[in-house]
Amino acid sequence: MHVPDGFIDAPVSAATAVVAAGAVAVSLRGARRELDDKAAPLAGLVAAFIFAVQMLNFPVAAGTSGHLLGGALAAILVGPYTGVLCISVVLLMQGVLFADGGLSALGVNISDMGVVTTVVAYAVFRGLVRLLPRGRASLTAASFAAALVSVPAAAAAFTLIYAVGGTTDVPVGKVFTAMVGVHVLIGLGEAAITALTVSAVAAVRPDLIHAARDVFRPLELRTAPPTEPAGPATSLRRGGDQPQRRSPAVPDAAAGPAGSGAPAVPGSPATSLRRDGDQPQRRSPAVPDGREEAGHRRSGGEGPAAVAADSVAKAGMEPAGADAPEAPDNAGPAATPRSARRLWLVGLGVALVCAGGVSYYASTSPDGLEKVAHDKGIDSKAEEHAAKGSPLADYQVKDVADERISGGLAGVIGVGATLAVGTAVFVVVRRRRAAPAAPSAEGA
Amino acid sequence: MGAGHAHKLYRHAHSPVHTLPPHCKIAAVLAFVLTVVATPREAVWAFGLYALLVAAAAVAARIPAGFLLRRLLIEIPFVAFALLMPFVVPGEKTHVLGLSLSEPGLWGAWNVLAKGTLGVAASVLLASTTELRSLLLGLQRLRMPPLLVQIASFMIRYGDVVTDEMRRMRIARESRGVTARGVRHWGVLARSAGALFIRSYERGERVHLAMVSRGYAGTMPVLDDAAASRTQWAYAAALPLAALAVLLAAWVVTGGLPWAAGS
Repeated sequence: MHVPDGFIDAPVSAATAVVAAGAVAVSLRGARRELDDKAAPLAGLVAAFIFAVQMLNFPVAAGTSGHLLGGALAAILVGPYTGVLCISVVLLMQGVLFADGGLSALGVNISDMGVVTTVVAYAVFRGLVRLLPRGRASLTAASFAAALVSVPAAAAAFTLIYAVGGTTDVPVGKVFTAMVGVHVLIGLGEAAITALTVSAVAAVRPDLIHAARDVFRPLELRTAPPTEPAGPATSLRRGGDQPQRRSPAVPDAAAGPAGSGAPAVPGSPATSLRRDGDQPQRRSPAVPDGREEAGHRRSGGEGPAAVAADSVAKAGMEPAGADAPEAPDNAGPAATPRSARRLWLVGLGVALVCAGGVSYYASTSPDGLEKVAHDKGIDSKAEEHAAKGSPLADYQVKDVADERISGGLAGVIGVGATLAVGTAVFVVVRRRRAAPAAPSAEGA
Repeated sequence: MGAGHAHKLYRHAHSPVHTLPPHCKIAAVLAFVLTVVATPREAVWAFGLYALLVAAAAVAARIPAGFLLRRLLIEIPFVAFALLMPFVVPGEKTHVLGLSLSEPGLWGAWNVLAKGTLGVAASVLLASTTELRSLLLGLQRLRMPPLLVQIASFMIRYGDVVTDEMRRMRIARESRGVTARGVRHWGVLARSAGALFIRSYERGERVHLAMVSRGYAGTMPVLDDAAASRTQWAYAAALPLAALAVLLAAWVVTGGLPWAAGS
């Protein structure tokens, strides 16, 4: 999507360059206000990350693969100001060094891919985070939606620029259809990857997700009473005010041997990293997920202290104030029901409203495939469905006269039945997964 | 990081173009590209002259033609787009080799191809004759905001580090039997991306601390602030001035402003 030289005429290129310069100037101010003198190294490293992650290939099928564009990801992870800066710098360097995107079209590229994508993604994400219930699942959903909207939005913005200053005579309508159509597809991939990535970051360092800062309480530094009988134990909470001034005891030294799952030697100083306990929603799918996150944490290279960190992280599932890191098992079931139940209730309500209420207004003509089949006479040989005589056949309830109410009622009953079957399957699966998980969790 | 300090885009040589101050070269390339974009597309001969100018600059910079042409491959996606244009643009049709092509579409394709290729060639010349670090210094001399220059220099400096980190993650994944083959593996890859973000961000925090402990207060000292002499500016201006002459001639021949002619 990098626009080359000569695609947009000179006056519009100049105008977009002014727009881009203005946006970058505003972002520079915002980033400096947010990050102070940390702005340069942090934004630089995040730009390097965006640059690298654009080279990470996500295989789709049959040898094709896609890659992340990164605008939405940057907006969610580091905020709109730093995000715009990072994407703009990446685009600038790509233009100057790799000749990817023309120099005269730099303004077009920055306003389009840098500014529009980032701002739209951030706005959508913030709006959704405010609306949805707090929790990691909502974060994932919000980042999915944000990335999904941001990519076609950039395509639409490009079409707008093209309509004003395009040098070719392709009709604007055609350009719009092609651009937005293709970019909805690209946006789906982008959305999936962005949501998974944000979810992965939220599992390990929720405090780093800029756009969700008010969702998670900042981690703070705190000295806890000794947890190991033989040795001074420093327990470390990251501080919201100065998260970067961490003591040398911080376990993020990447030099530490990764993946050391050995039990902590008694007597060695155990550094444990802890979260605030009052985020019950964070770990709803209880035990298996908790184990997985613990694995992440360990692969972060925290050395011998990793075990203590794991157990504390699990204790974090308990309500606030639980200081006992030796109880990793009882945590999941104790904390999850409340949030899970709320999510469940919200989902059920939405489904019922859709099935019962919205279907009232739905078209009564058959769905597209049925209609095409009917028109073309494909279905002349189709046999009557085996369940034709059942009480709910053709999405209508037998013996209810009003067609629309009948349809709505059938929808509600259908949702109920689907829910019952789905819940039963889920319960069975969870029981089977929880059974082998319990012993290994104890051994961790 | 054992791979030397020059980027692979840079081609080391001792030519007059290499020794020019970076900001002169950046300004010259930018002016050249703007000139090319402003040229009306009907003046086909002008683009031939521009191509000759770029070729002359490449010869002066001792860049082999093969190197330049290989780097032009970056353009391929838009070449594909340009080749599509004669078929989708409505307008008068002409018949070439039995194909019915639209005339405005052909002009549009020519426009994008010619200007895009010249722009890419000029950028490639700039990147292969200027070291990364001096490129950033040049941008700073051209009054790009210092913070932006710093961000760019951190990105360049740590780009390879972060990319290497990603490569190590891939090797670690593959040595544990995970080779991403389809959509099912996106979860794994995305978790790698998440871990990569955390590592990059934390590296940024460590870098900042290291800099603060060495006296960093938000600005970088300018170490070699070599101003360009008048001769150097004149030398660098040769390319855009020649291009400007071509542009003026093209305007006179086709008549009117470039965008009024619909280019």
